[in-house]
Amino acid sequence: MFDELIHNYLAVVSMVLFGIGFGNLLLQKNLIKKIIGMNIMDTAVYLFLASMGYISGRLAPIATDGNTDPSRYINPIPSGLVLTGIVVSVSVTALMLALTVRLYRRYHSLDIDAITLMVQQEHRE
Amino acid sequence: MDWIRNLPLIAILLSMVSGPVSSVLSGRAARRVSFFVVVTSGILSILVFWYVLRTGEPFTYKMGAFPAPFGNEIRVGVLEAMTATFFCFIMLLSLIGGYHFTAADIAEDRENLFYILINLLLASLLALIYTNDLFTGYVFIEINTISACGLIMIRGWGRNLLAAVKYMIMSLLGSGLLLIAISILYGITGHLLMEPMHESIVDIVREGTYTEPLTVAVGLFCVGIAIKSALFPFHSWLPDAYGYSTCASSAILSSLVSKGYIFLLIKFFYRVIGTDIIRSIQVDDVLFVFGIAGMLIGSMSAIQQPDVGRMIAFSSVAQIGYIYMGFGINTEAGVIASIFHILAHAAGKSLLFVSLNGLSGGNWENMNYRKLRGAAYRNRIAGVGFAVGSLSMVGIPLLAGFTSKVYFAQAAFALPSRSKMLVMLVALAVSTILNAMYFIGQTINIYTPLQRKDTAFSVKAGKAMWVAVVSFIVINLLLGIGSEPIFSWIQTGLSRF
Repeated sequence: MFDELIHNYLAVVSMVLFGIGFGNLLLQKNLIKKIIGMNIMDTAVYLFLASMGYISGRLAPIATDGNTDPSRYINPIPSGLVLTGIVVSVSVTALMLALTVRLYRRYHSLDIDAITLMVQQEHRE
Repeated sequence: MDWIRNLPLIAILLSMVSGPVSSVLSGRAARRVSFFVVVTSGILSILVFWYVLRTGEPFTYKMGAFPAPFGNEIRVGVLEAMTATFFCFIMLLSLIGGYHFTAADIAEDRENLFYILINLLLASLLALIYTNDLFTGYVFIEINTISACGLIMIRGWGRNLLAAVKYMIMSLLGSGLLLIAISILYGITGHLLMEPMHESIVDIVREGTYTEPLTVAVGLFCVGIAIKSALFPFHSWLPDAYGYSTCASSAILSSLVSKGYIFLLIKFFYRVIGTDIIRSIQVDDVLFVFGIAGMLIGSMSAIQQPDVGRMIAFSSVAQIGYIYMGFGINTEAGVIASIFHILAHAAGKSLLFVSLNGLSGGNWENMNYRKLRGAAYRNRIAGVGFAVGSLSMVGIPLLAGFTSKVYFAQAAFALPSRSKMLVMLVALAVSTILNAMYFIGQTINIYTPLQRKDTAFSVKAGKAMWVAVVSFIVINLLLGIGSEPIFSWIQTGLSRF
């Protein structure tokens, strides 16, 4: 059991990071901390994917010297997935930050519970 | 006729490209482009539907230079083409029904943004329906989420912004889980295309290796989709998001956005994992329990809402519960009933939201049940629309909701397990009574004449509202009366899914 954990330490680390990120996104009240949590969560998945595609002793899958022998290179597909994932995560982060800025300008707070209260009050009046 | 095979991709690309193009256009031009794209996508989908019905076989369309199992693919069968056609039409009618409200709620210089989001939403829905690659599915889920978030916040009030943030937070939790599930599945199978993945999974289960990661991945995937489609208990984001958006947004969000995710879940069950394996790891039982809980608790929450917009939104939680209950029993009849309910709910819910906006003049302060008293006399067509939508949701014969409930009941009677059958039938009966309590009550409320006329606000029924409401009513009647061919199409589609 312990040996397996040591052997797959990258997967273990990425799952722990995923948990940290997930918890922060779910539980933090501060919107910026939530966004940081989301980024930790996404990065954990990229670590997991990248570690899955890595084969020790091989090169990055870029054929610079004309050598196309696949046994020289690591699996390129997880790297491609990571790149796609990063694009998605960047755009989602940008959207979340933009929303946070708009909420902050309106309610002068980053605390989502406080904002919820203010919105309810605003509606009652 | 093989050129028709290109059309699904053309429809996706058309709606995708029209998004960036609209960003440099004026609001008016963007509106025209958007209507053109939705209509064209609908026509292309009809052609594709006709083609797959004629050939009787689903076809795969290779994207790029690499063949399976390396490249990316689109796969189109009867079910996909039918759903795409239906979604295009519901989207078009929702846009028409919300036409005047869109113009009133959104500043003129930002109107083109609304139509960009509509185009992107259509592209992502079509891609979710057609794609045969799990990672592509994930990317389009994110595009769908982003455009849905935009549709929620486009009205720009504090309430919308808060609803959008809440929606994004829950959605991002869901996408994180989906992404890790897909990564784990890729790790144990080595594929992202659905059919090769399925073959690997069958081998994995036969050999008994990696069964724990497989179970975890399936569980995470289901939870991810459940969060995004607002299955109980993950529905906290839904009422504000649906209840306070502009008319077209509410109608489209409630009828289409969550259904795109659910369609991907059907693919995941049938094409990636296989229903036998789902049954052996008992994910379906979990969905069954939460589906039933959602049906009851969604309706109970709806009864307590003084705000009719939120009431209809909570009823969506209940209707999503029905759909998951059908997946939960995991028989062919159950899943067919669920798919039919997806269509019935889309037709009914968009009608309800459009009519509600017609009754209240699109102003959410007028959506309170007290203020809506007698509203049906002020906007007759919206009143009729609201009544028909309500009756369909309750399950009155001749309407779509009734037919889907009949299919659910038939699926229940065909179950081998008596206890499950009993639970399902009781849940159906109780939920119907709960639905009737708030929908019939509300319909009576809007048809109760006001004592003092001077307290009433005035609303106007435009031509667009007429067209949309009448078409929605016709669709509801068609689904209710002429369900036989739709049932057989779903059956054919599912058998070769």
